[in-house]
Amino acid sequence: MLKPGTRLKSAVCEAEFMIIKAGDSDELTCGGIALDESSARIEGASDKMDGCVIGKRYINASESIEVLCVKTGEGSLYCNDEELMTKDTKKLPSSD
Amino acid sequence: MNIALFLQMAAEACPDRPALTHHGKHYTYAQLFSAAKRAALYFSTGNCKFVCLLDTSSPATPIALMGAAIAGIPYVPLNYRLSEEQITPLLDRISPAYLISGPRNETYDFDGWVVQDSADFLSDVLNGEDVEVTWHEDPSAVAVQLFTSGTTGIPKAALLRHEHLVSYILGSVEFMGALEDEAALVSVPPYHIAGISAAMSNIYACRRVVQLPDFDAAEWLRLVADEGVTSAFVVPTMLTRIIKEIDTAKLDPKTFPRLMSIAYGGGKMPVPVIELALKLFPGVNFTNAYGLTETSSTIALLDPDDHRAAVDHDDTAVYARLGSVGKPLPSVEIEVRDEDGKQLGPFEPGEIYVRGPQVSGEYDGRSVLDADGWFPTRDAGYLDDDGYLFLSGRADDVIVRGGENISPGEIEDLLHQHPAIADTAAVGIPSEEWGEVVALTVVVATGQSITEDEIRSHIREHLRSSRVPEAIHFTLELPYNETGKLLRRVVRDWFRHEED
Repeated sequence: MLKPGTRLKSAVCEAEFMIIKAGDSDELTCGGIALDESSARIEGASDKMDGCVIGKRYINASESIEVLCVKTGEGSLYCNDEELMTKDTKKLPSSD
Repeated sequence: MNIALFLQMAAEACPDRPALTHHGKHYTYAQLFSAAKRAALYFSTGNCKFVCLLDTSSPATPIALMGAAIAGIPYVPLNYRLSEEQITPLLDRISPAYLISGPRNETYDFDGWVVQDSADFLSDVLNGEDVEVTWHEDPSAVAVQLFTSGTTGIPKAALLRHEHLVSYILGSVEFMGALEDEAALVSVPPYHIAGISAAMSNIYACRRVVQLPDFDAAEWLRLVADEGVTSAFVVPTMLTRIIKEIDTAKLDPKTFPRLMSIAYGGGKMPVPVIELALKLFPGVNFTNAYGLTETSSTIALLDPDDHRAAVDHDDTAVYARLGSVGKPLPSVEIEVRDEDGKQLGPFEPGEIYVRGPQVSGEYDGRSVLDADGWFPTRDAGYLDDDGYLFLSGRADDVIVRGGENISPGEIEDLLHQHPAIADTAAVGIPSEEWGEVVALTVVVATGQSITEDEIRSHIREHLRSSRVPEAIHFTLELPYNETGKLLRRVVRDWFRHEED
């Protein structure tokens, strides 16, 4: 189960992620291969290697899943075969 | 979700960027992260249940905060200005702790505690091999415990869990959003919620923090110039002193070409002060941030465009917004309710309620959130037609005169506009006839004079007669605590003693 706060690694690149929000049955992949907690290196699917960027939050269209990229990599992030997109953060003036 | 992730990400993305400047010495993100990991190792070696910092700002501030987070131990920064008598009961509530302390008159030595001098702690954690530590991964673990200032009674221990703080930062700060040459001047103390949020948000934005441990207006201005400061957060009393210092030292604000933004909060900003500041720093973006300890800092913002619109505008409603705290953050909901809990409409004053993922509303394990997750702030205020929030003071400060609720802010706002009055506070004092009546304390502006009668007729002219004070007390200075909070209890005591 993908609990908020769970840290997962890509099997195809250096990328790492933290789950912010996810459903019980959601399956996350990077470069076409399932994320897990070890950083085994497998070759990714070449059409799923557009990259992911540290600090970006990735969501699906229904926003039922949200994942923070905590380490940049070459693979792209999918959930249940739907490619995730970056969530726009409303730019707020610094208040601290 | 662990707040130390912010530091790990910064150390990963820009290891060699300067993260912190303290007394002219720089520290990179890589240095802070490896120090935090070493600190986590120390903290988790014994049986300490808390990590306590009893000192002014130093590199130990972010290191202890993040080290405690990695170790899964609540971080408790304490007010170093408190006396031994005030500190001892607080320490009793966080036993056993790993105590990192600055120089003090008294020594602390308790069973099961680790007590370390700040300088020793820093030299231990900033040097040595890189260590691997096991992270404590529980989003609902307490990250920070802050004792409220206790201006009205025994300090309450507000608990902020990782999930609250992470929500606040992810929702309001863009990772690595700062350019390499940006620097934020932090002059709020580590035990204030603004000190905690400044540490986290600047790390996540990868913006260098310049620490000013003991606020002093001249030193603040020197650091802005010498350190190339681009942004700063101040409490209202700090801004008042900065403006005064610019005036007395005959400084030209153009000597700070790099200063781009000033955020303020932590207390009510008198409108004339912010107007003067806007004139003095025409190129600077001003942001008013309203938040509470229990809400992980900022919940509403009056942004730079709102400030400019207000001063440029003849429309009174838009101008009035200079005295508001702006609109809620996108992830936060705000409501104003009456005493029966009924939601009020625009311009109807009541108590401010707030809801959102960053809102903790929890003390010592006791939540004060209602069934739907709303937190009663105990702040009084109202919203305008466009959802701008106006504060009128603490709900407990409302003066009830013969059944009529009088907000001290209403009287104080009027008098702050008077050229002969430098500062003022209205409080309720007991009255046999009315239950409570208004009492007013006034600081006369330098070189000006005003009589009690003149004050009374000025109030009578602009407000309802119930606002006219029964008693007026002239003083040279109002009692503020070190973070700019007016101590109304002390003002009330002045009147009580006058009666005796």
